[in-house]
Amino acid sequence: MERQSNEAFFWMLFSAGGVVAALLIPVHLFLFGLAFPLRWLQPPAYAHLTALLKMPLVRIYLFVLCSLPLFHWAHRFRYTLYDGLQVKHLNEVIFTLCYGGAVVGTGLAGYLLWNIA
Amino acid sequence: MSTTRQPTINPAPAHTEFHPRWYRPHVSVYWWLGQWQYLRFILRELSSVFVAVFVVITLLQLRALRNGPDAYTRFQHWLQTPGAIALNLISFFFVVFHTITWFNLTPRAMVIRLRGKRLPDFLVAAPNYAMWLVVSAAVGWLILK
Repeated sequence: MERQSNEAFFWMLFSAGGVVAALLIPVHLFLFGLAFPLRWLQPPAYAHLTALLKMPLVRIYLFVLCSLPLFHWAHRFRYTLYDGLQVKHLNEVIFTLCYGGAVVGTGLAGYLLWNIA
Repeated sequence: MSTTRQPTINPAPAHTEFHPRWYRPHVSVYWWLGQWQYLRFILRELSSVFVAVFVVITLLQLRALRNGPDAYTRFQHWLQTPGAIALNLISFFFVVFHTITWFNLTPRAMVIRLRGKRLPDFLVAAPNYAMWLVVSAAVGWLILK
């Protein structure tokens, strides 16, 4: 039960990611996933979006928007697999895949946002 | 989350020479299909998958934006394909489900008393919804202006 000591840390990431996802993802998903492709609203011009991305605050915001929800996913999905599919014996593999995925996604977000302007 | 504690065994059992058999009721892998509450719980947990899908699509969008106007136009065309629309529509419902269930946890997590009376649940959750509205409007304004 050594991992017990890390549990609070992962739970904090889960919780912070949950707040970010709850507050911010619906509006982003609605605009870019539905309203713009279906032409309910006029999509913003490429130049406008790249101008936004030049602002450091926007890039930090997008980094948080990508990173924390991934840790939220990692935590929730891990326990869904444990409880839903009862695959506790794959503990280590699932842990590595979930948090590994979140770390890789965070790295990609950092790389993209660092190089974008 | 609860960890199931197993009964401690006396290292030197006095009255029996047999190891006791654990009582472990068998739970089906499909336990969550039986009742609406259980199914709702699993659907809530699965909303996290669509949160991750959103992040992946956003990363692809950032990559397209970095690669120039042509790449971004191609990405926008991909978003207009029926498959992408369907995925985003399903994602949207799951993410909103996450938002509502997340906000409604607040009254479970804290009890607020005003003049000795407990504030009703919907009033405790209300500031979350107000915040959601304000933040969404601000993000929408920045993108659309």
